[in-house]
Amino acid sequence: MIAPPKPDLVTVNIDGKEIAVPKGTNVIEAARLVNVDVPHYCYHPKLTIVGNCRMCLIEMGLPAVDPATKAPIIDPATGKQKINWIPRPQIGCGTNVSPGLHVKTTSPMVKEAREGVMEFLLINHPLDCPICDQAGECKLQEQSTGYGRGYSRFIEQKNVKPKRTQLGPRVTLDDERCILCSRCIRFSKEVAKDDVLGFVDRGSYSTLTCFPGKQLANNYSLNTVDICPVGALTSTDFRFKMRVWFLKQTNSIDPESSVGANTVVWSREGQIYRVTPRRNDEVNDTWMADSGRELFKAVNAPDRLATTASIDTLVAQAAALFKANSTPGAIAVVGSGRSSVEEQFLTKQLAAALNATASTHLVSRVGQGDKLLISADRNPNVRGALVTGLISALPSQKLTALAAAIDAGKIKVVVSVGEDLAAVGLTAAQLAKVSFVYLGTHVNPTSAAAQVVLPTLSVFEKNGTFINQQFRLQKFAKAVPGPSGATDDLIVLAKLVTAASARLSSAPLAAIPSDLGSLWKLLAAEVPVLGPITYANLPETGLLLDATPFVALPFVEGETLHFKPVAPAVAVTV
Amino acid sequence: MAAPAQRRIIFQHIDEPGYSNDLACYVRNGGYEVLKKSVTRPPAELIDEVKKSGLRGRGGAGFPCGVKWGLVDRKSGKPIYLIVNADESEPGTFKDRYIMHQDPHQLIEGTMISCFANNVKQAYIYIRGEMPHGARILEKAIAEARAAGFVGKNILGTTYSCDIFVHRGAGAYICGEETGLIESLEGKRANPRIKPPYFPAVLGLYQCPTIVNNVETLCHVKYIVEHGGDAYTKVGTPNNTGTRIFCVSGHVQRPGYYEFEAGKITLGQLLYEVCGGPLPGRTFKAVIPGGSSAKILRFGERFKGKRKVGAEMVDYDWGVEDVPMDFDSLGMIGTMGGSGGVIVMDDTVNMVEALANINAFYSHESCGQCTPCREGSLWMKKITTRMVHGQARNEDAALLKSVADQIPGRTICAFGEACSWPTQSFIAKFGDEFKQYPETKKTAKPAGAHELV
Ligand SMILES: Cc1cc2nc3c(=O)[nH]c(=O)nc-3n(C[C@H](O)[C@H](O)[C@H](O)COP(=O)(O)O)c2cc1C
Ligand code: SF4
Ligand code: SF4
Ligand code: FES
Repeated sequence: MIAPPKPDLVTVNIDGKEIAVPKGTNVIEAARLVNVDVPHYCYHPKLTIVGNCRMCLIEMGLPAVDPATKAPIIDPATGKQKINWIPRPQIGCGTNVSPGLHVKTTSPMVKEAREGVMEFLLINHPLDCPICDQAGECKLQEQSTGYGRGYSRFIEQKNVKPKRTQLGPRVTLDDERCILCSRCIRFSKEVAKDDVLGFVDRGSYSTLTCFPGKQLANNYSLNTVDICPVGALTSTDFRFKMRVWFLKQTNSIDPESSVGANTVVWSREGQIYRVTPRRNDEVNDTWMADSGRELFKAVNAPDRLATTASIDTLVAQAAALFKANSTPGAIAVVGSGRSSVEEQFLTKQLAAALNATASTHLVSRVGQGDKLLISADRNPNVRGALVTGLISALPSQKLTALAAAIDAGKIKVVVSVGEDLAAVGLTAAQLAKVSFVYLGTHVNPTSAAAQVVLPTLSVFEKNGTFINQQFRLQKFAKAVPGPSGATDDLIVLAKLVTAASARLSSAPLAAIPSDLGSLWKLLAAEVPVLGPITYANLPETGLLLDATPFVALPFVEGETLHFKPVAPAVAVTV
Repeated sequence: MAAPAQRRIIFQHIDEPGYSNDLACYVRNGGYEVLKKSVTRPPAELIDEVKKSGLRGRGGAGFPCGVKWGLVDRKSGKPIYLIVNADESEPGTFKDRYIMHQDPHQLIEGTMISCFANNVKQAYIYIRGEMPHGARILEKAIAEARAAGFVGKNILGTTYSCDIFVHRGAGAYICGEETGLIESLEGKRANPRIKPPYFPAVLGLYQCPTIVNNVETLCHVKYIVEHGGDAYTKVGTPNNTGTRIFCVSGHVQRPGYYEFEAGKITLGQLLYEVCGGPLPGRTFKAVIPGGSSAKILRFGERFKGKRKVGAEMVDYDWGVEDVPMDFDSLGMIGTMGGSGGVIVMDDTVNMVEALANINAFYSHESCGQCTPCREGSLWMKKITTRMVHGQARNEDAALLKSVADQIPGRTICAFGEACSWPTQSFIAKFGDEFKQYPETKKTAKPAGAHELV
C-alpha cells in the first residue's frame, strides 16, 4: 500500500465550484469530481481522444492577463481576475485543465450545442429502442431524454444501412444504430491490437465494417459491445435474451487466470445471463477477455455434481475413511489454485488434521499468456495458497511425487479439492489403488473413481477472495444460489476438518467457522500479511499485499496489462 | 474607373506560346536562379523576408505564411516536414492545377527554397487524386530537377539535402484540409484531427512538426525571396500584399483565371470589364467570391461601415461591384477571399436549386467524423433536394437556417463552416426566393436555365 506520488494539481472552476485536479485531467473527468456530468459518446477514459461526437461541448474561459506585462487583469466589479470566455463551445474530452480554467456546463451556449448534436444524432437513427438490447444502458436514449426536443423536425427519408452484420463469432452489428463514435475501432486497434474494424463510405453514409477478409474474432471482441454507447454492437449470445434492468449485478472476479480481472455477474432469479468487466484501473482497466464471459455456462451444465444424500452422511463416510487409514502419511491432500483464499486456508487446516502436511500438493495450470488480461498462470489463486501457507513452493504440472507414493503403496487415501488427478498424470491403475474423497462441481474421472463425492459450488455461487499475480487480494461475491445437492466449499471443508480432528488423539482444533466473518478473524490471526484486513472492509477493487516474502519464487507469468514480472534476482558477485 | 492591368507574377508564363513545362525551358527563363542564391544565405534571413512580405496563405484561410513558419516547433529535435497542399478541390477554384501542369518547376523551386529556409529534409506534394496527369508532370519535373542537383542529395553542391515525393490524394475534398491531408498521407482515412493538440506545426506528419502550404503560396515565396519582402509589400495593398489569382466561372462572357494585385481591382471591374459582363440579355444576380463555401453576395445589396485606410478610419458604402478583391475587404462584408474561386450566377439561376447543388457537394464530401457536419450537411441536402424534386414547404427556409446554425463552430475542422455558410447566406440573402419557391416551381424555368440538381 504505497501512496502514489502527489501529482501536480491545477485549480479549476466548474459551474462555480473550485476544485484542484491533477495536471493532464480533461474537463469531463474534472467535472466528474464535482459531480457535474458532461454528456459524451466518443470519449472513453482508456482510449485515445478523437473528439468526434461533439456531445461534450462546454463553454470555457481563461483568466485574463495583460498581453504586454502578463499581469492579471482584475474585474473591478468582482475584484477577481477577469475571465475571457471563448465565444465558441469547446470539447470537454479534448480540453485539459490549465490553471484558473473556468468551465460552464449549463449555459445557454452549451445547452443549445447539446440539443443540436442530440437532434443530429437522432435524425438518421432508427429509434427502435423498444426492441433494442441496449435499452436501459443506452447513452443515446438517456441523453435524448435530457437534451432531445421530444419531437422530430426531420421529414426526409432516413438512411438505410445493414441491420445485422455478423462481425465475428460473438458480435452482431446493427449499422443503423451506430453513431460513428469509433470507440470500437480504437479499442480493436489500441487495446486488442487487432486492427480489423473501420468505416467505409463518407459522411452520414459512413458504415462500420470489418476490413475485407477479416473478422472481429479476437478474445477481446466483446469489449466493443460493452463500450458501444448505443445498441449497434450487441453480444450475439446475450442479444434478445433479457432486459438489463431486470438483472441483478454482483461483483466478481474472472477466475480464468492469475490476472484477476474484475467483473460483474448479471443474473435474475438464480439464472446468470452475462458477465461484463468492472473497472479497476490497476488490474484490468475496463476490459476482460471473451473467454471469461462464457464460464458461467458451466453453472448449469448437465455434468454438474449434486447429491441427494445429506452432507453430514457424506462427511461421516469420509471420516470413516480417514479413521481406517490413520497411519501417519497414509493420506494425501491435493489442494487447488482455483480455491479461494479462505478455502485454501481450510484445506491447510484439513491437511494438518490429517497429518498430511508433508503430502499436500497443488496442481499448476500453465498456458500461454496473451500479454493483456490472460496470464500464463491459469489458476486464479496460486498466490493465495502461498500466502495461507498451504504450499511453500510453486506447484508443478504433474504430481509425480504423489504418483510415486501411491505406487509405493504409502498413500491410501487422497482428498482432492476439485482437481482431476487423471489430468495431472495419474494413471487409471494409480487411481484405482487409492480411495478418494472428492470435493468438486463437475463430473470427471476422479469424481467417478471417488469413494466419497462432496458436491460444492462454483465461483458464481459463493463468496471469497483470490490473490492475483500482483498479490492483490480481491473479493468475489455470490451471484446466484448453488444447485440443490451442492454445499458451499467452506462448509464442507469445515466439517471435514472437524471430522478429521476428531479422528486424531491430539487436541481438536477449536470449532472451525465456515462463515467468512468469523473465518477472517482466524485467518488474520494465523496469516500475518492479512493481519489488518477483514472481509467486510476489503475494497471492491482489492488491496495490494506485501509480496516481499515471495519475490524470489520463479513465477510463470510474463507481462500483462498493469503487470510486469519482478526481474529474477541476479546473483551479486563481489 | 477602368480596371487595372493584370499583374502576372505567378501566372507569368501560363499559356505563354512556346513555354513548356520542362526544365530546359524553365532554366532558359531564369529558373532556379533564386534557389542558387538562397542556399548561400542564412535560412533565418529567408524566413525574415517571408515575414516582412506579409504573404497570406492562398489555400483558403489567408493565414500569414511567416507567422505559420514561426510557429514550427524547432526545439523538439524531430525532423520538420513540408507538405505542398495540391489537393485543389474547392468548387470554383482552378489555379494550382495550371501551375503544376504548365510551370511545375516554379512550384518545385518555391518548395525547395521554403524547405531550405525551414531546415526541411523531406517534402511531399499531396496532389488531388483526380489529377493523375498533374502527378505525372510533377514526377517528371522532380526527376529532372533531381538530376540537375536542385532536389535531392547535396543540393547545388552544398551539404544541404532535401527530397520531394509526390503523393496522389485519396479522391475526397476533405483530403485538402491540412490535418485530414496528413492522416491521408500517413495512409489512413482523411479524418481531420482535433486541434489542440494536433497542430501541424507541432504534431503533424508522423507526429513531427510540419508545414502545410498551398501550391500558390509557395510560388509566392520564390518571388518574395527573389525580390525581397519589402518589395513584395509594394505589390497589392497593406495587409493584402502580392497578387491574387481569380478563377472566374459561371455566367460571364469570359470566364477564366486572372491575376491582379490584391485589393487593386473591384469585383465589378473584374466581372464587367475583365470578364466582359453578363451573357447577352442576362443580368448578374449573385456571386460567390472565394470558392463555393464563401458566403454568397446578392447584386443590389449594400455594405456600409468604417474601414481603415492608412492610419484613418473612413466610411464605406459599397455595392457588390465596389468591393475591392482582397482578404480584408471581402471579410468585412461578411464573406471571404478564400481560394479565389469567383462563381457568378445570373438571373436564370434559381437560388434554391443552386443551393441544392452546393449542398449535394458538401454532404457528399463530409468525412463523417463529427456529428454536426455529418448529419447537418446531409439533412440540408435532403431538404433542398426535396424542395426541388418533391414537395417544397414554406417553413423549409426557416428549418434550413436553423439546421445550418447548428453546425459551425462545433466541428473538428472548418468543413463545418464550409458546408453551412452557403445555406446560411443563401437564406439570409435570398430568403424570399426560398419562401416563394413552392409557387416558382409551378412556372416554367427561364430560357437557358441549367438543370442544377
Ligand atoms: C474542408 C477544407 C478543404 C481544404 N482544401 C484545401 C485545398 O484543396 N487546397 C489547399 O491548399 N488548402 C485547402 N484547405 C486549407 C488547408 O487546410 C490549409 O489551410 C492550407 O493548405 C494552408 O496553406 P496556406 O497557408 O498556404 O494557404 C482546405 C481547408 C478545409 C477546411
Ligand atoms: S458500433 Fe458503437 S462503438 Fe462502434 S462506432 Fe458505432 S456507435 Fe461507436
Ligand atoms: S467538420 Fe465535417 S469534414 Fe471536418 S472533421 Fe467534422 S465531419 Fe469531417
Ligand atoms: S466526447 Fe465526443 S467529442 Fe468529446
